[in-house]
Amino acid sequence: MIEVRQLQKSFGPQLILDGVNLQICTGESAVIIGRSGGGKSVLLKHLIGLLQPDAGEVLVDGENITRMNERQLLRVREKFGMVFQGAALFDSMTVAENVAFPLERKKKYTTGEIAKRVAAALDVVDLQGTQKKKPAELSGGMRKRAGLARAIVYEPQILLYDEPTTGLDPIVSDSIDQLIIRVRDRLKVTSVVVTHDMRSARRVGHQVFMLHEKKIYASGPPAEFFASTDAVVRQFIDGVADAKENLF
Amino acid sequence: MNFLARTWIGEWLIGLGRIATMSREAVMSLLTLKVTWKDLLYQIYFIGIKSQSVVLVTGAFTGMVLTAQTYFQFHKVKMDTATLAVVGVSMCSELGPVLTALMVAGRVGAAIAAEIGSMRVTEQIDALRTLATHPVDYLVVPRLLASQIALPLLTIESVVLGIGSGYVIGVFLLGIDPTYLWFNMLKYTGNIDLEIGLVKSFVYGGIIALVGCYKGMSCGMGAEGVGRATTEAVVYSSIAILVTNFFLTLVLQRAALLLL
Repeated sequence: MIEVRQLQKSFGPQLILDGVNLQICTGESAVIIGRSGGGKSVLLKHLIGLLQPDAGEVLVDGENITRMNERQLLRVREKFGMVFQGAALFDSMTVAENVAFPLERKKKYTTGEIAKRVAAALDVVDLQGTQKKKPAELSGGMRKRAGLARAIVYEPQILLYDEPTTGLDPIVSDSIDQLIIRVRDRLKVTSVVVTHDMRSARRVGHQVFMLHEKKIYASGPPAEFFASTDAVVRQFIDGVADAKENLF
Repeated sequence: MNFLARTWIGEWLIGLGRIATMSREAVMSLLTLKVTWKDLLYQIYFIGIKSQSVVLVTGAFTGMVLTAQTYFQFHKVKMDTATLAVVGVSMCSELGPVLTALMVAGRVGAAIAAEIGSMRVTEQIDALRTLATHPVDYLVVPRLLASQIALPLLTIESVVLGIGSGYVIGVFLLGIDPTYLWFNMLKYTGNIDLEIGLVKSFVYGGIIALVGCYKGMSCGMGAEGVGRATTEAVVYSSIAILVTNFFLTLVLQRAALLLL
Protein backbone atom coordinates (compact mmCIF):
# COMPACT_ATOMS: atom_id res chain seq x y z
CA MET A 1 0.00 0.00 0.00
CA ILE A 2 1.15 3.53 -0.75
CA GLU A 3 0.21 6.31 1.62
CA VAL A 4 1.03 9.99 1.27
CA ARG A 5 0.59 12.23 4.31
CA GLN A 6 0.67 16.02 4.29
CA LEU A 7 3.25 16.13 1.48
CA GLN A 8 4.77 19.53 0.84
CA LYS A 9 7.25 20.44 -1.88
CA SER A 10 8.55 23.64 -3.32
CA PHE A 11 11.23 24.47 -5.86
CA GLY A 12 12.85 27.71 -4.77
CA PRO A 13 10.09 30.19 -3.93
CA GLN A 14 7.46 28.24 -5.90
CA LEU A 15 5.22 25.99 -3.83
CA ILE A 16 4.20 22.93 -5.89
CA LEU A 17 2.50 20.62 -3.39
CA ASP A 18 0.93 21.83 -0.17
CA GLY A 19 -0.38 19.14 2.13
CA VAL A 20 -1.19 16.33 -0.30
CA ASN A 21 -2.86 13.25 1.23
CA LEU A 22 -3.70 10.08 -0.64
CA GLN A 23 -3.91 6.34 -0.14
CA ILE A 24 -3.54 3.66 -2.81
CA CYS A 25 -4.33 0.09 -1.79
CA THR A 26 -2.40 -2.96 -3.00
CA GLY A 27 -3.59 -4.19 -6.40
CA GLU A 28 -5.52 -0.98 -6.99
CA SER A 29 -5.11 1.19 -10.05
CA ALA A 30 -5.02 4.88 -9.21
CA VAL A 31 -5.13 7.74 -11.68
CA ILE A 32 -3.83 11.18 -10.76
CA ILE A 33 -5.23 13.94 -12.95
CA GLY A 34 -4.71 17.68 -12.91
CA ARG A 35 -3.62 20.59 -15.02
CA SER A 36 -0.25 20.73 -16.74
CA GLY A 37 2.38 22.06 -14.37
CA GLY A 38 0.13 21.29 -11.41
CA GLY A 39 2.63 18.94 -9.73
CA LYS A 40 1.36 15.49 -10.84
CA SER A 41 4.78 14.25 -11.97
CA VAL A 42 6.37 15.79 -8.87
CA LEU A 43 3.92 13.83 -6.71
CA LEU A 44 4.66 10.63 -8.68
CA LYS A 45 8.40 11.09 -8.26
CA HIS A 46 7.91 11.38 -4.49
CA LEU A 47 6.23 7.96 -4.43
CA ILE A 48 9.46 6.28 -5.59
CA GLY A 49 11.84 8.58 -3.74
CA LEU A 50 13.21 10.39 -6.79
CA LEU A 51 12.38 13.64 -5.00
CA GLN A 52 12.57 14.38 -1.30
CA PRO A 53 9.69 16.37 0.20
CA ASP A 54 10.10 19.53 2.27
CA ALA A 55 7.58 18.13 4.74
CA GLY A 56 5.23 15.18 5.04
CA GLU A 57 5.62 11.44 4.61
CA VAL A 58 5.42 8.79 1.91
CA LEU A 59 4.83 5.29 3.22
CA VAL A 60 5.36 2.25 0.99
CA ASP A 61 4.03 -0.93 2.62
CA GLY A 62 4.26 0.87 5.96
CA GLU A 63 7.89 2.03 5.48
CA ASN A 64 8.53 5.75 5.54
CA ILE A 65 10.75 6.34 2.51
CA THR A 66 11.22 10.08 3.01
CA ARG A 67 13.89 9.53 5.67
CA MET A 68 15.90 7.03 3.62
CA ASN A 69 19.17 7.77 1.86
CA GLU A 70 19.83 6.82 -1.76
CA ARG A 71 21.28 3.39 -0.91
CA GLN A 72 18.38 2.47 1.39
CA LEU A 73 15.95 3.60 -1.30
CA LEU A 74 17.46 1.13 -3.80
CA ARG A 75 15.98 -1.73 -1.76
CA VAL A 76 12.51 -0.11 -1.74
CA ARG A 77 12.72 0.69 -5.46
CA GLU A 78 13.04 -3.02 -6.29
CA LYS A 79 9.27 -3.12 -5.68
CA PHE A 80 8.69 -0.40 -8.29
CA GLY A 81 8.70 -0.08 -12.03
CA MET A 82 8.33 3.30 -13.68
CA VAL A 83 7.38 4.34 -17.20
CA PHE A 84 8.63 7.84 -17.98
CA GLN A 85 6.90 10.46 -20.08
CA GLY A 86 9.72 10.36 -22.64
CA ALA A 87 10.35 6.62 -22.01
CA ALA A 88 13.92 7.42 -20.75
CA LEU A 89 15.41 4.46 -22.62
CA PHE A 90 19.20 4.25 -22.50
CA ASP A 91 20.05 5.51 -25.97
CA SER A 92 23.44 3.80 -26.13
CA MET A 93 21.77 0.37 -25.80
CA THR A 94 19.48 -1.67 -28.03
CA VAL A 95 15.89 -2.40 -27.01
CA ALA A 96 16.87 -5.87 -25.76
CA GLU A 97 19.77 -4.44 -23.73
CA ASN A 98 17.44 -1.82 -22.24
CA VAL A 99 14.90 -4.43 -21.19
CA ALA A 100 17.62 -6.78 -19.93
CA PHE A 101 19.32 -4.01 -17.91
CA PRO A 102 17.51 -4.51 -14.57
CA LEU A 103 17.97 -8.30 -14.79
CA GLU A 104 21.69 -8.01 -15.53
CA ARG A 105 22.16 -5.65 -12.59
CA LYS A 106 20.57 -8.19 -10.25
CA LYS A 107 23.23 -10.78 -11.26
CA LYS A 108 21.05 -13.77 -10.43
CA TYR A 109 19.94 -14.79 -13.91
CA THR A 110 21.80 -16.72 -16.59
CA THR A 111 22.13 -15.28 -20.11
CA GLY A 112 19.51 -17.76 -21.35
CA GLU A 113 17.03 -16.81 -18.64
CA ILE A 114 17.55 -13.12 -19.36
CA ALA A 115 16.93 -13.62 -23.10
CA LYS A 116 13.77 -15.60 -22.34
CA ARG A 117 12.42 -12.97 -19.93
CA VAL A 118 13.25 -10.13 -22.33
CA ALA A 119 11.40 -11.90 -25.15
CA ALA A 120 8.41 -12.51 -22.85
CA ALA A 121 8.31 -8.85 -21.72
CA LEU A 122 8.53 -7.61 -25.32
CA ASP A 123 5.75 -10.04 -26.20
CA VAL A 124 3.48 -8.54 -23.52
CA VAL A 125 3.93 -5.07 -25.04
CA ASP A 126 3.68 -6.30 -28.66
CA LEU A 127 7.25 -5.40 -29.56
CA GLN A 128 8.51 -8.76 -30.76
CA GLY A 129 11.37 -8.53 -33.25
CA THR A 130 12.63 -5.13 -32.11
CA GLN A 131 15.35 -6.53 -29.87
CA LYS A 132 18.25 -5.24 -31.97
CA LYS A 133 16.84 -1.78 -32.68
CA LYS A 134 18.14 1.34 -30.98
CA PRO A 135 15.65 3.65 -29.20
CA ALA A 136 16.23 6.33 -31.88
CA GLU A 137 14.81 3.94 -34.49
CA LEU A 138 11.50 3.54 -32.62
CA SER A 139 8.35 5.68 -32.83
CA GLY A 140 7.03 7.51 -29.75
CA GLY A 141 4.47 4.77 -28.98
CA MET A 142 7.01 1.99 -29.45
CA ARG A 143 9.45 3.77 -27.14
CA LYS A 144 6.80 3.98 -24.42
CA ARG A 145 6.01 0.30 -24.85
CA ALA A 146 9.72 -0.58 -24.67
CA GLY A 147 9.90 1.52 -21.48
CA LEU A 148 6.97 -0.46 -20.11
CA ALA A 149 8.68 -3.76 -21.05
CA ARG A 150 11.77 -2.62 -19.12
CA ALA A 151 9.59 -1.71 -16.13
CA ILE A 152 7.74 -5.05 -15.99
CA VAL A 153 10.55 -7.47 -16.88
CA TYR A 154 11.57 -7.97 -13.23
CA GLU A 155 7.92 -8.28 -12.10
CA PRO A 156 7.60 -5.30 -9.74
CA GLN A 157 4.69 -4.98 -7.32
CA ILE A 158 3.98 -1.33 -8.14
CA LEU A 159 4.01 0.35 -11.55
CA LEU A 160 4.15 4.11 -11.99
CA TYR A 161 3.24 5.71 -15.31
CA ASP A 162 4.14 9.34 -15.99
CA GLU A 163 1.77 10.63 -18.69
CA PRO A 164 1.87 7.42 -20.75
CA THR A 165 -0.35 8.71 -23.58
CA THR A 166 0.87 12.30 -23.89
CA GLY A 167 1.95 13.18 -27.41
CA LEU A 168 0.53 10.02 -28.97
CA ASP A 169 -2.28 9.77 -31.52
CA PRO A 170 -5.67 8.44 -30.29
CA ILE A 171 -5.10 4.94 -31.70
CA VAL A 172 -1.68 4.51 -30.11
CA SER A 173 -3.05 6.06 -26.89
CA ASP A 174 -5.79 3.45 -26.91
CA SER A 175 -3.28 0.63 -27.36
CA ILE A 176 -1.21 2.01 -24.43
CA ASP A 177 -4.37 2.12 -22.26
CA GLN A 178 -5.17 -1.47 -23.15
CA LEU A 179 -1.60 -2.42 -22.35
CA ILE A 180 -1.80 -0.77 -18.91
CA ILE A 181 -5.02 -2.69 -18.19
CA ARG A 182 -3.52 -5.95 -19.51
CA VAL A 183 -0.35 -5.59 -17.41
CA ARG A 184 -2.39 -4.62 -14.35
CA ASP A 185 -4.66 -7.66 -14.68
CA ARG A 186 -2.01 -10.15 -15.75
CA LEU A 187 0.68 -9.21 -13.22
CA LYS A 188 -1.70 -8.09 -10.44
CA VAL A 189 0.34 -4.94 -9.83
CA THR A 190 -0.60 -1.73 -8.07
CA SER A 191 -0.65 0.98 -10.74
CA VAL A 192 -0.39 4.73 -10.42
CA VAL A 193 -1.04 6.62 -13.64
CA VAL A 194 -0.47 10.34 -14.01
CA THR A 195 -2.40 11.74 -16.94
CA HIS A 196 -4.55 14.55 -18.22
CA ASP A 197 -6.16 12.33 -20.79
CA MET A 198 -9.73 11.96 -19.52
CA ARG A 199 -10.54 8.92 -21.65
CA SER A 200 -7.47 7.15 -20.32
CA ALA A 201 -8.33 8.12 -16.72
CA ARG A 202 -11.85 6.75 -17.09
CA ARG A 203 -10.62 3.41 -18.46
CA VAL A 204 -7.54 2.45 -16.46
CA GLY A 205 -8.35 3.66 -12.94
CA HIS A 206 -10.13 2.06 -10.01
CA GLN A 207 -9.70 5.34 -8.21
CA VAL A 208 -9.25 8.87 -9.57
CA PHE A 209 -7.46 11.65 -7.67
CA MET A 210 -7.61 15.20 -8.90
CA LEU A 211 -4.73 17.50 -8.00
CA HIS A 212 -5.82 21.12 -7.90
CA GLU A 213 -4.40 24.17 -6.15
CA LYS A 214 -1.47 22.08 -4.80
CA LYS A 215 -3.79 19.61 -3.00
CA ILE A 216 -5.93 16.56 -3.77
CA TYR A 217 -9.13 18.40 -4.55
CA ALA A 218 -11.40 15.46 -5.32
CA SER A 219 -11.19 11.67 -5.49
CA GLY A 220 -13.38 8.65 -6.04
CA PRO A 221 -14.11 5.70 -8.31
CA PRO A 222 -14.27 6.71 -12.01
CA ALA A 223 -18.07 6.36 -12.30
CA GLU A 224 -18.62 8.60 -9.28
CA PHE A 225 -15.83 11.04 -10.15
CA PHE A 226 -16.89 11.60 -13.74
CA ALA A 227 -20.50 12.18 -12.61
CA SER A 228 -19.37 14.91 -10.22
CA THR A 229 -21.24 18.21 -10.34
CA ASP A 230 -18.47 20.21 -8.66
CA ALA A 231 -17.65 23.21 -10.86
CA VAL A 232 -13.84 22.77 -10.75
CA VAL A 233 -14.01 19.04 -11.45
CA ARG A 234 -16.56 19.55 -14.23
CA GLN A 235 -14.46 22.26 -15.83
CA PHE A 236 -11.45 19.95 -15.95
CA ILE A 237 -13.37 16.88 -17.16
CA ASP A 238 -15.13 18.85 -19.89
CA GLY A 239 -11.95 20.72 -20.80
CA VAL A 240 -13.47 24.20 -20.62
CA ALA A 241 -11.11 27.16 -20.35
CA ASP A 242 -11.92 29.78 -17.73
CA ALA A 243 -13.32 32.86 -19.46
CA LYS A 244 -11.43 35.10 -17.05
CA GLU A 245 -8.15 33.32 -17.65
CA ASN A 246 -5.77 35.21 -19.89
CA LEU A 247 -4.20 32.46 -21.97
CA PHE A 248 -2.63 34.67 -24.63
CA MET B 1 29.27 43.40 -4.96
CA ASN B 2 29.70 41.84 -1.53
CA PHE B 3 26.46 39.90 -1.98
CA LEU B 4 27.65 38.68 -5.39
CA ALA B 5 30.91 37.46 -3.90
CA ARG B 6 29.04 35.71 -1.14
CA THR B 7 26.80 33.97 -3.67
CA TRP B 8 29.74 32.95 -5.84
CA ILE B 9 31.69 31.62 -2.89
CA GLY B 10 28.60 29.92 -1.52
CA GLU B 11 27.95 28.15 -4.84
CA TRP B 12 31.60 27.16 -5.11
CA LEU B 13 31.60 25.68 -1.61
CA ILE B 14 28.34 23.80 -2.25
CA GLY B 15 29.89 22.38 -5.44
CA LEU B 16 33.01 21.27 -3.56
CA GLY B 17 30.84 19.65 -0.89
CA ARG B 18 28.84 17.76 -3.50
CA ILE B 19 31.98 16.53 -5.29
CA ALA B 20 33.32 15.37 -1.91
CA THR B 21 30.07 13.50 -1.19
CA MET B 22 30.15 11.91 -4.64
CA SER B 23 33.80 10.91 -4.16
CA ARG B 24 32.95 9.28 -0.84
CA GLU B 25 30.09 7.35 -2.48
CA ALA B 26 32.43 6.28 -5.29
CA VAL B 27 35.11 5.07 -2.87
CA MET B 28 32.52 3.16 -0.82
CA SER B 29 31.20 1.60 -4.01
CA LEU B 30 34.75 0.66 -5.10
CA LEU B 31 35.45 -0.96 -1.74
CA THR B 32 32.30 -3.07 -2.01
CA LEU B 33 33.28 -4.09 -5.57
CA LYS B 34 30.11 -2.87 -7.24
CA VAL B 35 31.91 -2.11 -10.49
CA THR B 36 31.00 -4.14 -13.59
CA TRP B 37 34.07 -5.40 -15.50
CA LYS B 38 32.41 -4.87 -18.89
CA ASP B 39 31.75 -1.19 -18.13
CA LEU B 40 35.25 -0.73 -16.71
CA LEU B 41 36.93 -2.25 -19.78
CA TYR B 42 34.84 -0.10 -22.11
CA GLN B 43 35.82 3.03 -20.20
CA ILE B 44 39.52 2.06 -20.24
CA TYR B 45 39.18 1.62 -24.00
CA PHE B 46 37.42 4.97 -24.35
CA ILE B 47 39.79 6.93 -22.11
CA GLY B 48 43.02 5.08 -22.88
CA ILE B 49 42.94 3.78 -26.45
CA LYS B 50 40.85 6.60 -27.91
CA SER B 51 43.19 9.24 -26.45
CA GLN B 52 46.26 7.80 -28.17
CA SER B 53 46.56 10.31 -30.99
CA VAL B 54 46.13 13.33 -28.70
CA VAL B 55 48.67 12.06 -26.17
CA LEU B 56 51.23 10.94 -28.76
CA VAL B 57 51.23 14.28 -30.56
CA THR B 58 51.40 16.21 -27.26
CA GLY B 59 54.26 14.07 -25.88
CA ALA B 60 56.31 14.12 -29.06
CA PHE B 61 56.08 17.84 -29.75
CA THR B 62 56.58 18.83 -26.11
CA GLY B 63 59.78 16.74 -26.03
CA MET B 64 60.98 18.26 -29.28
CA VAL B 65 60.33 21.89 -28.36
CA LEU B 66 61.77 21.42 -24.87
CA THR B 67 64.94 19.90 -26.34
CA ALA B 68 65.32 22.76 -28.80
CA GLN B 69 64.71 25.49 -26.18
CA THR B 70 67.02 23.88 -23.62
CA TYR B 71 69.74 23.40 -26.23
CA PHE B 72 69.62 27.05 -27.34
CA GLN B 73 70.16 28.19 -23.72
CA PHE B 74 72.67 25.50 -22.70
CA HIS B 75 74.73 25.94 -25.85
CA LYS B 76 75.70 29.43 -24.63
CA VAL B 77 77.44 27.91 -21.60
CA LYS B 78 78.73 24.79 -23.41
CA MET B 79 76.38 22.40 -21.64
CA ASP B 80 74.87 20.87 -24.78
CA THR B 81 75.07 17.29 -23.52
CA ALA B 82 72.94 18.11 -20.44
CA THR B 83 69.99 18.98 -22.69
CA LEU B 84 68.25 15.61 -22.54
CA ALA B 85 68.71 15.43 -18.76
CA VAL B 86 66.51 18.53 -18.41
CA VAL B 87 64.03 17.08 -20.88
CA GLY B 88 63.96 13.77 -18.98
CA VAL B 89 63.35 15.30 -15.56
CA SER B 90 60.79 17.80 -16.89
CA MET B 91 58.89 15.22 -18.90
CA CYS B 92 58.80 12.65 -16.07
CA SER B 93 57.78 14.86 -13.18
CA GLU B 94 56.04 17.87 -14.72
CA LEU B 95 55.26 18.18 -18.41
CA GLY B 96 54.40 14.53 -19.05
CA PRO B 97 51.70 14.19 -16.37
CA VAL B 98 50.38 17.78 -16.55
CA LEU B 99 50.12 18.15 -20.34
CA THR B 100 48.72 14.62 -20.76
CA ALA B 101 46.13 15.34 -18.07
CA LEU B 102 45.17 18.68 -19.66
CA MET B 103 44.75 17.07 -23.08
CA VAL B 104 42.73 14.17 -21.63
CA ALA B 105 40.63 16.65 -19.61
CA GLY B 106 39.75 18.40 -22.88
CA ARG B 107 38.79 15.19 -24.66
CA VAL B 108 37.52 12.83 -21.96
CA GLY B 109 36.27 15.31 -19.32
CA ALA B 110 34.10 17.01 -21.92
CA ALA B 111 32.79 13.70 -23.26
CA ILE B 112 31.92 12.43 -19.77
CA ALA B 113 30.07 15.64 -18.85
CA ALA B 114 28.19 15.70 -22.18
CA GLU B 115 27.17 12.04 -21.99
CA ILE B 116 26.02 12.11 -18.38
CA GLY B 117 24.44 15.56 -18.86
CA SER B 118 22.37 14.27 -21.79
CA MET B 119 21.33 11.30 -19.66
CA ARG B 120 20.18 13.65 -16.93
CA VAL B 121 18.22 15.88 -19.30
CA THR B 122 16.40 12.89 -20.84
CA GLU B 123 15.60 11.38 -17.40
CA GLN B 124 17.90 8.40 -18.01
CA ILE B 125 19.57 8.96 -14.64
CA ASP B 126 16.16 8.92 -12.93
CA ALA B 127 15.42 5.73 -14.89
CA LEU B 128 18.63 4.19 -13.50
CA ARG B 129 17.50 5.05 -9.99
CA THR B 130 14.05 3.53 -10.52
CA LEU B 131 15.78 0.36 -11.73
CA ALA B 132 17.42 0.09 -8.29
CA THR B 133 20.82 1.15 -9.65
CA HIS B 134 22.82 3.84 -7.88
CA PRO B 135 24.05 6.34 -10.51
CA VAL B 136 27.43 6.54 -8.76
CA ASP B 137 27.91 2.76 -9.04
CA TYR B 138 26.96 2.65 -12.69
CA LEU B 139 28.23 5.97 -14.06
CA VAL B 140 30.94 7.36 -11.79
CA VAL B 141 32.88 4.33 -10.52
CA PRO B 142 33.82 2.76 -13.90
CA ARG B 143 34.89 6.16 -15.25
CA LEU B 144 36.87 7.04 -12.13
CA LEU B 145 38.69 3.72 -12.02
CA ALA B 146 39.32 3.67 -15.77
CA SER B 147 40.65 7.22 -15.71
CA GLN B 148 43.00 6.43 -12.83
CA ILE B 149 44.30 3.34 -14.64
CA ALA B 150 44.56 4.92 -18.08
CA LEU B 151 46.14 8.24 -17.19
CA PRO B 152 49.39 6.87 -15.66
CA LEU B 153 49.77 4.59 -18.70
CA LEU B 154 49.18 7.49 -21.09
CA THR B 155 51.67 9.58 -19.09
CA ILE B 156 54.36 6.89 -19.44
CA GLU B 157 53.67 6.81 -23.17
CA SER B 158 53.93 10.58 -23.39
CA VAL B 159 57.18 10.64 -21.37
CA VAL B 160 58.82 7.91 -23.48
CA LEU B 161 57.81 9.65 -26.67
CA GLY B 162 58.91 13.06 -25.38
CA ILE B 163 62.37 11.84 -24.39
CA GLY B 164 62.65 9.75 -27.57
CA SER B 165 61.72 12.60 -29.86
CA GLY B 166 63.99 14.93 -27.86
CA TYR B 167 66.86 12.52 -28.42
CA VAL B 168 66.19 12.38 -32.17
CA ILE B 169 66.05 16.18 -32.43
CA GLY B 170 69.14 16.59 -30.22
CA VAL B 171 71.27 14.12 -32.14
CA PHE B 172 70.09 14.46 -35.73
CA LEU B 173 69.03 18.10 -35.90
CA LEU B 174 71.11 19.88 -33.29
CA GLY B 175 74.19 17.67 -33.58
CA ILE B 176 74.73 16.85 -29.90
CA ASP B 177 76.99 13.91 -29.05
CA PRO B 178 74.57 10.94 -28.64
CA THR B 179 76.56 8.99 -26.01
CA TYR B 180 76.94 11.89 -23.54
CA LEU B 181 73.43 13.10 -24.25
CA TRP B 182 71.96 9.71 -23.30
CA PHE B 183 74.41 9.13 -20.41
CA ASN B 184 73.56 12.48 -18.77
CA MET B 185 69.85 11.87 -19.21
CA LEU B 186 70.13 8.51 -17.39
CA LYS B 187 72.39 10.04 -14.72
CA TYR B 188 70.11 12.93 -13.77
CA THR B 189 66.69 11.42 -14.38
CA GLY B 190 65.92 9.16 -11.45
CA ASN B 191 63.18 6.62 -10.81
CA ILE B 192 61.78 9.05 -8.29
CA ASP B 193 61.02 11.58 -11.07
CA LEU B 194 58.94 9.01 -12.90
CA GLU B 195 57.29 7.90 -9.67
CA ILE B 196 56.32 11.51 -8.88
CA GLY B 197 54.85 11.80 -12.37
CA LEU B 198 52.85 8.60 -11.95
CA VAL B 199 51.43 9.68 -8.58
CA LYS B 200 50.43 13.01 -10.15
CA SER B 201 48.78 11.38 -13.14
CA PHE B 202 46.83 9.05 -10.85
CA VAL B 203 45.48 12.08 -8.96
CA TYR B 204 44.71 13.95 -12.21
CA GLY B 205 42.84 10.91 -13.52
CA GLY B 206 40.60 11.14 -10.47
CA ILE B 207 40.09 14.89 -10.94
CA ILE B 208 39.11 14.55 -14.62
CA ALA B 209 36.59 11.76 -13.97
CA LEU B 210 35.07 13.26 -10.84
CA VAL B 211 34.68 16.80 -12.22
CA GLY B 212 33.26 15.45 -15.52
CA CYS B 213 30.78 13.17 -13.74
CA TYR B 214 29.77 15.85 -11.24
CA LYS B 215 29.21 18.47 -13.92
CA GLY B 216 27.17 15.99 -15.98
CA MET B 217 25.04 14.86 -13.07
CA SER B 218 24.31 18.40 -11.89
CA CYS B 219 23.83 19.99 -15.31
CA GLY B 220 20.94 22.32 -16.03
CA MET B 221 18.02 21.36 -18.25
CA GLY B 222 18.11 21.56 -22.04
CA ALA B 223 20.83 21.83 -24.63
CA GLU B 224 22.19 24.98 -22.98
CA GLY B 225 22.63 23.13 -19.67
CA VAL B 226 24.56 20.31 -21.32
CA GLY B 227 26.74 22.77 -23.23
CA ARG B 228 27.55 24.71 -20.08
CA ALA B 229 28.29 21.52 -18.12
CA THR B 230 30.71 20.39 -20.84
CA THR B 231 32.57 23.69 -20.89
CA GLU B 232 32.72 23.89 -17.10
CA ALA B 233 33.98 20.31 -16.84
CA VAL B 234 36.97 21.16 -19.03
CA VAL B 235 37.67 24.54 -17.44
CA TYR B 236 37.33 23.39 -13.81
CA SER B 237 39.27 20.16 -14.24
CA SER B 238 42.08 22.02 -16.05
CA ILE B 239 42.27 24.63 -13.28
CA ALA B 240 42.12 21.93 -10.62
CA ILE B 241 44.97 20.04 -12.33
CA LEU B 242 47.18 23.15 -12.49
CA VAL B 243 46.50 24.16 -8.89
CA THR B 244 46.90 20.61 -7.58
CA ASN B 245 50.15 20.29 -9.53
CA PHE B 246 51.75 23.06 -7.50
CA PHE B 247 50.87 21.49 -4.16
CA LEU B 248 51.70 17.98 -5.31
CA THR B 249 55.10 19.15 -6.53
CA LEU B 250 55.87 20.69 -3.13
CA VAL B 251 54.68 17.67 -1.16
CA LEU B 252 56.13 14.97 -3.41
CA GLN B 253 59.53 16.65 -3.87
CA ARG B 254 59.78 17.12 -0.09
CA ALA B 255 58.84 13.48 0.43
CA ALA B 256 61.39 12.41 -2.16
CA LEU B 257 64.13 14.39 -0.42
CA LEU B 258 63.26 12.73 2.91
CA LEU B 259 63.23 9.28 1.38
CA LEU B 260 66.51 9.61 -0.50
